[in-house]
Amino acid sequence: MATTDTEVNELIKREYEYGFVTDIESDTFEPGLNEDVIARLSGLKKEPEWMLEWRLKAYRRWLEMDEPDWAHVGYPKIDYNSISYYSAPKRPEDMPQSLDEVDPELLKTYEKLGIPLHEREKLAGVAVDAVFDSVSVATTFKEPLAKAGVIFCSISEAIQDYPELVKKYLGSVVPAGDNFFAGLNSAVFSDGTFVYVPKGVRCPMELSTYFRINAANTGQFERTLIIAEDSSYVSYLEGCTAPMRDENQLHAAVVELVALDDAQIKYSTVQNWYPGDEEGKGGIFNFVTKRGAAIGKNSKISWTQVETGSAVTWKYPSCVLRGENSVGEFYSVALTNNYQQADTGTKMIHLGKNTSSTIISKGISAGKSSNAYRGLVKFGPGAEGARNFTQCDSLLIGDRCGAHTFPYIESKNKSAIVEHEATTSKVSDEQMFLCRQRGIEPEQAVSMIVNGFCKEVFKELPMEFAVEAGKLLEVSLEGSVG
Amino acid sequence: MLSIKNLHASVEGKEILKGINLEIKAGEVHAIMGPNGSGKSTLSQVLAGNEAFEVTEGEITLNGDNLLELETEERAREGIFLAFQYPVEIPGVSNLQFLRTAVNAMRQHKGQDEMNAAEFMKLAREISKQVDLDPAFLKRGVNEGFSGGEKKRNEIMQALLLQPKLAILDETDSGLDIDALKVVSDGVNALRAEDRAILMVTHYQRLLNHIVPDYVHVLAGGKIIKSGGRELALELEERGYGWLGIKDEETADSSAN
Repeated sequence: MATTDTEVNELIKREYEYGFVTDIESDTFEPGLNEDVIARLSGLKKEPEWMLEWRLKAYRRWLEMDEPDWAHVGYPKIDYNSISYYSAPKRPEDMPQSLDEVDPELLKTYEKLGIPLHEREKLAGVAVDAVFDSVSVATTFKEPLAKAGVIFCSISEAIQDYPELVKKYLGSVVPAGDNFFAGLNSAVFSDGTFVYVPKGVRCPMELSTYFRINAANTGQFERTLIIAEDSSYVSYLEGCTAPMRDENQLHAAVVELVALDDAQIKYSTVQNWYPGDEEGKGGIFNFVTKRGAAIGKNSKISWTQVETGSAVTWKYPSCVLRGENSVGEFYSVALTNNYQQADTGTKMIHLGKNTSSTIISKGISAGKSSNAYRGLVKFGPGAEGARNFTQCDSLLIGDRCGAHTFPYIESKNKSAIVEHEATTSKVSDEQMFLCRQRGIEPEQAVSMIVNGFCKEVFKELPMEFAVEAGKLLEVSLEGSVG
Repeated sequence: MLSIKNLHASVEGKEILKGINLEIKAGEVHAIMGPNGSGKSTLSQVLAGNEAFEVTEGEITLNGDNLLELETEERAREGIFLAFQYPVEIPGVSNLQFLRTAVNAMRQHKGQDEMNAAEFMKLAREISKQVDLDPAFLKRGVNEGFSGGEKKRNEIMQALLLQPKLAILDETDSGLDIDALKVVSDGVNALRAEDRAILMVTHYQRLLNHIVPDYVHVLAGGKIIKSGGRELALELEERGYGWLGIKDEETADSSAN
C-alpha cells in the first residue's frame, strides 16, 4: 500500500498522557551549582560529614570533566548553572510517618499515574517507593519487608540509618569519576532508593519505585543502590514520568547493583519521561549510568528496560561479570517517535571464568526519530570459557526515521565465544493490509505488530508491568499511522 | 448483494482492470477463472480495498452502499473477507491474539460485547478442528513458519470465525495437495449460506470439483469475456483458455508467471 508510509507517519499524534503539573507547594533551590549549594543540600538532609565530603570530592572532580560527545545524539548545550538542584514538596512537619500523612495532592498525582499507593499496598503486593522531584515521598510495605530482613528505603534514610553499608558500596560500582553525568549525580544526588537483601533471603515481593519530575527547571538526580548478599534474590522495578514543559529538563541518575555469591538481581525499568512535543520542543534529557557488579560466583544480574520517553536518552545498563560463572543479561525495548533520540545499549564486561551474557535489543523507530544501539562486549584475560550472545533487531515505522547499530567487541582471551545477530525490518504494507482486512484499526495493527516484535523482552518483565509496557508502546505510537 | 459496474483499476499507472461488470446475489457462489496476469488477483485486492491499486472508473456497491468510499478495515467490518493467496507472517504476534483482535473489532462494530480470552479460546479451538489444524497452532506467531497448506487452512478458519457477507478466496487451492484441498473445500462449503456470497478466484478447474459454483466467469485482459454455469469450467478444462480466443500476449504472461 503506497499510503502506509504516510499513514504510519501520521499515527504519531497522541498527546503525552502524564503531562499534568501538580499544584503543590515546593521548596526549591535557586538555579546554580557550587560548593555552597551542595553544602546546603547536604545540610538540609542532615547528612553526616563524610557524605558531604564525598559529594564535594565528586563535585571537584566533575568540574574537571568534559561532557561526552560521542553518542549519536544532538542537543543544545546544557547550562548547568540554570538548573535548580533541589526541589521538595513543602511539608508542614517532618517526613510523613505513613501514607495518611502524605499530601493528598501528591497521592492524586500518583493515582493519575496509575499507581494508587493504597491499592498497591493492599492488592498488588508490590512495595512502592515514590520519588517526587528530589525526595522520597512514601515507602509502602516497609514493615513486612523488614520482617524478611529486607531493607527498602530512600537513600537519604539509608545514609542516616545504615551508614556502614552505604559507605562500603556507594560509588563502588559507578565511581564519581566514571563519567561526566555520574560525577554530577555523585555531587548533587538528592534522593533515590536503597535496597539491601540479606544472605539467603528471597525478597518476598517485587520492589518498585516511581520517579516523577514536577517542578520546572529542576534536575532530577536520583541514586539507587541495591545490594544482594549471598544466595539472595530481588526483583526491582522503576517507572518514571514528567509533566509537559517547553524547556528541556535534565535527569541524570546513577544506579548501582551489587550481587554477591549466588545472588540474583533483576532490575526492570519502564521509562516514560516526557519526550517533547511533535516538533521536538521540550522533553527530558535522560543521561543515566546504570551498572551492576556481579562480584560473587554464580551471581546473576538482569536488566530489562522499556524506554519510550525522553527527548534524548543516553543510557547503557551494564554488567561487570567478575565472579566465576556469573551471568549478565540485558533485555531492551527502545522506542523513539517524532524527534526523539536514543543512544542506548549495554556493556558486558567479562572478567571471571565461564561468565556468560545475553543481550537482546529491540529498537523501534517512528516519525523523524533516531534510535541507536551501542553495545560493548569485553573479555578480560581471565575470562576463560566466557561467552556472549547478542541479538539486535531494529524495526522501522515509516520512512523518515533512522536506526543505527554500534556493536563493539574486545577480547583479550582466545577461549571467549561471541555470537552476534542483527536484523532490520519494517512494518510492511502487507502486514498492515492483512490486519486491516480483518477489521483491525491501523493504529491497533501497528501496536500489535510492534508488541509482537518486542515479545522476547516483554516476557522478561514482571507480569503486571508487561501489560503496562504493552500499553505504553501503544500510547507512544499513537499518531504514527493515520 | 455485490454489484460491480464498469470497474477500471490500475497499479503504478498501469491499467489492469478494464471495465468489469459483475452482479453477485446472497447465497450464490461465483468462480472467476482466467490465465495468470488476467487481473483475477487485482480484482480481489481492489474489492478488499488494497490502496496499492487505484480505481480510476466505475463503481462497487455492497447491499447498495458505495464500497469505494470505505477504508479497508471498514469494508472488512461491513462483511468483506479476503482469503489471501500469500498470507504474510507477523512474527511474535500469536495467532490467537490476532484472531481475537479481529473478531472483537467486528463485534465492537456490531455493538456486541468483546469476547474474553477464555470464550474465544473455546471457539477458536472448535473451528481450528473444523479445518484440521492442531489447536497448538493458535499459540504460534501469525503464519510464522506455517506450511503453505497451514496458511490456507488458517485463512479459511478466519473466514469461519468472522462469518463475512462476502468471502473472496484468492487462489485458495494453489499449493495444496489433494488431502489439504479436501479439508479447505469442506471449510469453504461450510461457509455456504443463504445470506452469504462466495467469490472464488482460481486458475484451475479442480477446486470447482469440490466447491461447486453457481456461476463461472472467465477474466482475460482485465475484462470478463464469458460467463456461464458450472459447465463452463469443465469446458475450459477440456479445451484450455485458447479456445476463447485469449490473446497470445496473455498466454505468454501466464507462462512467465
